[in-house]
Amino acid sequence: MQCIRLEYDVDGENFASAGNASESVKRTLKQMGVSPASVRRVAIAMYEGEINMVIHAHGGKAEVEIYPDRIDIYLKDKGPGIADIDLAMKAGYSTATESIRSLGFGAGMGLPNMKKYSDEMKIDSAVGVGTTVYLRVDFE
Amino acid sequence: MTIREVVKLLDAEILCGAEHLDTEIHTACGSDMMSDVLAYVKDQSVLLTGLLNPQVVRTAEMMDMLCIVFVRGKRPEQPVIDLAAEKGIVLLTTEKRLFVACGILYTNGLGG
Repeated sequence: MQCIRLEYDVDGENFASAGNASESVKRTLKQMGVSPASVRRVAIAMYEGEINMVIHAHGGKAEVEIYPDRIDIYLKDKGPGIADIDLAMKAGYSTATESIRSLGFGAGMGLPNMKKYSDEMKIDSAVGVGTTVYLRVDFE
Repeated sequence: MTIREVVKLLDAEILCGAEHLDTEIHTACGSDMMSDVLAYVKDQSVLLTGLLNPQVVRTAEMMDMLCIVFVRGKRPEQPVIDLAAEKGIVLLTTEKRLFVACGILYTNGLGG
């Protein structure tokens, strides 16, 4: 099947630029005529992932594959990894510091939001090695 | 109501997006936690907040919001204003506190 591949470097040192990749994907989907509701689900899920990469993992890579009926997103980082994925998935659980909270994030809603707005989510993580999050969103 | 009416009701100053003041809006939300905005907000077009960083604009952009109101007389730095202008998002600042600003808009017909 024909697919569009996009790749982004997520800069872990620059909080201001977090969201650039998600914004670019959002714009691309809009231009392709994907329904606004689907575009928003992708934008939110990927944006939360991008924020996570910046605040927890010193950045990483976002690889995106857009198919006519869905989008596959791979968010890959070499951060500290997630020791207990079930715990991390719990709404309200966060390891974020007070300084991250003062920026408006770290409420423990990132991963639950990503699950909520995607049709499939897989987390592959090893402590000290890094984390890859796979997100699939089906278009309406 | 229109964004122009929000400006009047909150005695707000327009930081950018003056060309969009006649846009109709129906709902709003108030929060300093962007994660909560991303989690709980649905189709709200105005965000009232005391948070000033660029991710406020990003969050609004991801949620297709049209207007951000900074409360307690807060004013973001120029790069944040430029980012909003680029996205076509109206930025306002009001001296009113978050609770009061939300209350005024709610009693004048804006939904949650």
